Amino acid sequence: MSDSPFVIAGRTFTSRLIIGTGKYSSPAVMTRAHEASGADMVTVAVRRVNISDRSRESLLDYIDTDRMFILPNTAGCYTADEAIRTARLGREAGLSNWVKLEVIGDERTLFPDNEALLEATHVLVGEGFVVLPYTNDDPIACRKLQDAGAAAVMPLGAPIGSGLGIQNPNNIRIIREFARVPVIVDAGVGTASDAAIAMELGADGVLMNTAIAGAEDPVSMATAMKHAVIAGRLAYLSGRIPRKMYASASSPVEGMVGR
Amino acid sequence: MHITLNGEPFEIDQPLSVVALLEQLDIDARRVAVEHNLTIVKRHRFPEVIVGDGDQVEIVNFVGGG
Repeated sequence: MSDSPFVIAGRTFTSRLIIGTGKYSSPAVMTRAHEASGADMVTVAVRRVNISDRSRESLLDYIDTDRMFILPNTAGCYTADEAIRTARLGREAGLSNWVKLEVIGDERTLFPDNEALLEATHVLVGEGFVVLPYTNDDPIACRKLQDAGAAAVMPLGAPIGSGLGIQNPNNIRIIREFARVPVIVDAGVGTASDAAIAMELGADGVLMNTAIAGAEDPVSMATAMKHAVIAGRLAYLSGRIPRKMYASASSPVEGMVGR
Repeated sequence: MHITLNGEPFEIDQPLSVVALLEQLDIDARRVAVEHNLTIVKRHRFPEVIVGDGDQVEIVNFVGGG
């Protein structure tokens, strides 16, 4: 089965799995999980340097930047202005003009603030950013983001870090059908089957952090996720059988012994 | 003189360039982004942008995130 390459804003990625760099028990575990995942894009957060304690090593010491594309995020931003400011800083600190745009609307759910997200997308696209917005699993919101110039849309499967899996599979399918840009399911994956389901629904990629970093064995979970994304994608491309209420025998009904 | 560095009060002896400030703080200039009075300082301008009394400076880098 041949697949079209995974391209975002003209850049081709070998893996449809995008993973985070947060919450790992140690940088060494993160590095091994990254390798096991096969991912070639990782997300990072932009934060103040700790002035009083300069002993902490840089995150980038543990990321193979020759192989991994760095995608700075605006996690923790609650207004468009904050997210725009953070995106600009991320661009200066990094090596690209890409941003995973988050504008959060609520602390408990970490659901996006759609209006502010759209506003920030407009501004950053205007400044030449490649914007990948983390959004609700709302086809209309995704369409507006795409029309604003987003390079991909990244609907959540479930709240960030919840591990609940894809809560609204039908919306993901509709988003895929509406979108002319890549659809990346971002957040909510708990285990490998969730990632496979996202891909089977037609998502072009899956982005996750906690499901790997928080697993008891992050390195083997990263391997599982790698296979799940490949399996889900292949299943999607292969055209699954329709769901039926009753059985249809796999073995011939003729030629039964003693009948 | 006082500046506000990453939201905290910070003392400097005299006005100094962004490069000099980063050196004084033992921060690798290649790995950070700097904002001076809410304006991004491009890396090639680190030697020429001067931080003086009352200024606000933000120095950020990448940390783990999702």
